[in-house]
Parts: sequence; C-alpha cells; structure tokens
Amino acid sequence: MYETTYHRPSSVAEAASLFGKGKEAKYLAGGHTLIPVMKQRLASPSDVIDLGKLKELIGVEATGNGVEIKAATTHYDVSTSDAVKKAIPALAYLAAHIGDPHVRHRGTIGGSLANNDPAADYPAAVLALGATVKTNKRTISADEFFKGLFTTALQDGEIITAVSFPVAAKAGYGKFPHPASRFALTGVFVAKTAGGDVRVAATGASQNGVMRVPAIEAALKANWSAGAIDGVKVSADGLLNDIHGSSGYRANLIKVMAQRAVAAAG
Amino acid sequence: MSTVKLTVNGKAVSVDVEDRTLLVQLLRENLNLTGTHVGCDTSQCGACVVHIDGRAVKSCTVLATQAAGSNVTTIEGIAKGEELHPMQAAFRDNHGLQCGFCTPGMIMSSIDIVNRHGGKVDEATVRQELDGNICRCTGYHNIVKAVLDAASRMKVAQAAE
Ligand SMILES: Cc1cc2nc3c(=O)[nH]c(=O)nc-3n(C[C@H](O)[C@H](O)[C@H](O)COP(=O)(O)OP(=O)(O)OC[C@H]3O[C@@H](n4cnc5c(N)ncnc54)[C@H](O)[C@@H]3O)c2cc1C
Ligand code: FES
Ligand code: FES
Repeated sequence: MYETTYHRPSSVAEAASLFGKGKEAKYLAGGHTLIPVMKQRLASPSDVIDLGKLKELIGVEATGNGVEIKAATTHYDVSTSDAVKKAIPALAYLAAHIGDPHVRHRGTIGGSLANNDPAADYPAAVLALGATVKTNKRTISADEFFKGLFTTALQDGEIITAVSFPVAAKAGYGKFPHPASRFALTGVFVAKTAGGDVRVAATGASQNGVMRVPAIEAALKANWSAGAIDGVKVSADGLLNDIHGSSGYRANLIKVMAQRAVAAAG
Repeated sequence: MSTVKLTVNGKAVSVDVEDRTLLVQLLRENLNLTGTHVGCDTSQCGACVVHIDGRAVKSCTVLATQAAGSNVTTIEGIAKGEELHPMQAAFRDNHGLQCGFCTPGMIMSSIDIVNRHGGKVDEATVRQELDGNICRCTGYHNIVKAVLDAASRMKVAQAAE
C-alpha cells in the first residue's frame, strides 16, 4: 500500500470540506472494497476520510412507508435490524448473505452503492424496490443512480447519507453466490410495489452492472408466481461471459434466481 | 504518521504508525502479538480475524488508525492464564487443527459465532458462518465438531458465572 493520510472528521460537513482540500482524497467507510484495492496498489489516495464512525451516518429508522438506512450502517446491522425485518424481510435476507460474517461486520450500504460493483447485492434491492439515495447535496432515484460498471450518478466528493426504501407488497431475493468470492454470480431481486407495479433487478449478470429484466417483469405482472417465469426467454446479449460462467448460463441463472426470489416472496 | 491509542487484550496501548499501517501489522510488528496470522492478500482467508469491540473482523482489512479508540481482542487475550478458553480446549480435544496456521482466526471467528447466536448453534449454522475462514489441512469436519462442542461448554461456563 502506498502512503496516505488518514482523517477522522466529526461531521458530514467536515468530511466534505476535507475532501475538497485533499489532492486525491477518497472516503472510507467499511473499507472492505477500498482497502483491498489500496493493498493491490490499484488505488493510491493522498487522503482517506473515514465516514465509518460518524453517528449521523449510522442507524436504521422506520419511516411512514418503509425504512431509511443511513449510509455507514453495516451489513450486519441491517441484517439484524428489527425495523428492516419487519418492513422488508427480503432486504434483511440480502444483507445477511453478503460475503461472510467478517465482511458484514465492516462493509456498509453506502460503500457498496458508491462502489457499484457489477456483482454486488445491494444495487439489485435498491433498483427493484425503487429506493431513493440521499446525499449531502440532493436525492437521487434508483433509476437515475446506477450508470454502469463501477459508475454512479454521484459527483466528485458527494457523500451518500442514507437510502430510503419503500415497503413492497411482496419482495424476495435469490442469489447464486460465487463459491469462492461470495459475490453474486447472479442475484435477482423481485418486488411487487405497493401500487401493484412489478420491478425485477438482476446483479452479477450484465456487462453494464445491475439491470432491470423487463421480460420477467411482464410475466410476473400478468401472474405473480414462479411458474409464470418458466416460459420467459431471457436474452444472453450483453451478459457477462467469463471463466465463472457463460452469458447463456447467466441468462438461465436469472430465470432460476427470479423463481427462487418469487417463491421466497410468497 | 499517527499516534494510535487503543485497548488490546485489556491493556491500553499507544503506538506511532504510518497511516497506511494495517491493524494486523500493528498487532504483529509493533506489539509482537504474532498469534494473529496473515494468510492471503485478498481479505478472504480469515487467518487474521480478531475482535474489535466484540465483533469478528479481518484485521488485514482494517487500518490501524480506524481502530483507534477501540477495544481489540486477539488470540493471545482469550485464555485465563494457563486455563484455555473453552473454544481453544475444544479445538485441542476434537483435533480441530493440524498445522495450526488458520487456527487463531478459526477460534476468534468461532467464539464470535457462538456469542452471536447466544450459544445456540447447529452444524449448518457453523458451516455457513465459517465461510470467511479457510483451512488447508483439516477438511473442516473436526473444526465444526470443535465449535459445536465448545458451544455447549461456553453455555455451561456462562451459567456457572
Ligand atoms: C471477502 C469479501 C467478500 C465480499 N462479498 C460481497 C458480496 O457477496 N456481495 C456484495 O455486495 N459485496 C461483497 N463484498 C464487498 C463488501 O460488501 C464491501 O464492504 C462493500 O462493497 C463496500 O462497502 P464499504 O463500506 O466497505 O466501502 P469502502 O471500501 O469503505 O468504500 C468503497 C467506495 O465507496 C466510497 N464510499 C464509501 N462510503 C461512501 C459514502 N457514504 N458516500 C460516498 N462514497 C462512499 C469510497 O470512497 C470507496 O470509493 C465483499 C468484500 C470482501 C472483502
Ligand atoms: S490475511 Fe486477512 S483475510 Fe487473509
Ligand atoms: S490447520 Fe492447517 S490451515 Fe487449518
């Protein structure tokens, strides 16, 4: 790892101002993406600004129509939160299946979304549930937030402060974990919104990161059941094709994981 | 450079380190607590697991500065003098180790698993939650046996306290 300077600000405002002063500053939350990348010398920030201990960024709150999860809340705390389990059990399930217990003790929802790894789990839930990403500057809808591999709508220095999830009439997550890394080889989050709309998002599958799956959405809208997905054709175009699985294999995994997700959602 | 103040195995320490120092380096190189191992460079093997404020974490993926102000427990901090922690005793009794390289991380992770589940763990839970710990020797079978054995001993120990 190259040299760096560590900062522990006491507020989001101070963090943003430190970021502005750094030559090539980076925020640090759980560090479970950034530190491995710094160890590999693929990132060499001049300054790291620790958001992980900011009280204003930690915690889960029940809102009128769902839950708001502050950005530096760990995967473990989301998976065990009574508010999350009550409002959107599928979200608690998803958080409980990220990586391993040690990763869940450190990694945060804000870090995961800012990083937007094409095989990360949270992006699928955020997109399928139509959540809203709140930053220190504005709010961004899920449909606007994800911009392709490791790319988001966040501007330089912008800090995610919270993510607001509306409750769904039904929601479920199906994940086929990569046996070594635990990231999603393919994961599918299905949601029937309170208004009756159906949104299905797949992660780990596309060359462009998390994506909606319109064919499965249409089938589930007509008939919310795992069986309704049997006859759906998911195209392999634009899907990842690598040593872990061909694009055709992933296209099939999208269907199978969607079926498991619907079965789990009930 | 930063001065990192933290509590390690119940003792307050203050160490001057470069900001890029990992917690595992501070433990091994500055405090000579070499029981915590480094087995990989990819945050995957779990040989480096310690507890920060009671939670099992990979100390190779935490900056020393991030741990400032925290309470850290390493494998050196769990026995009571000559008396092994019930998890250590169970690993010995169940032949839960061969070369021993993964063992400190396995034991720290296993204590965390048992604590988080209030002592109530079954084989499936133990196998699932040891996901972040790799062992190249044992085939895991006796490790799982050891954790289940220790879970009952830890319950007994808690009840007696
Ligand atoms: C062994 C291992 C297995 C894993 N398995 C999975 C898995 O199965 N599924 C999965 O989804 N993930 C997995 N991960 C990734 C893990 O969930 C990460 O913790 C997560 O992706 C990043 O969160 P973090 O808090 O650690 O972020 P950090 O590493 O601290 O930061 C990541 C990036 O986000 C930026 N950032 C952080 N917080 C904010 C914020 N509030 N606002 C703006 N920018 C911010 C940082 O500047 C940095 O660029 C795994 C990681 C490891 C090491
Ligand atoms: S040395 Fe920390 S996970 Fe391998
Ligand atoms: S006992 Fe040798 S690696 Fe586990």
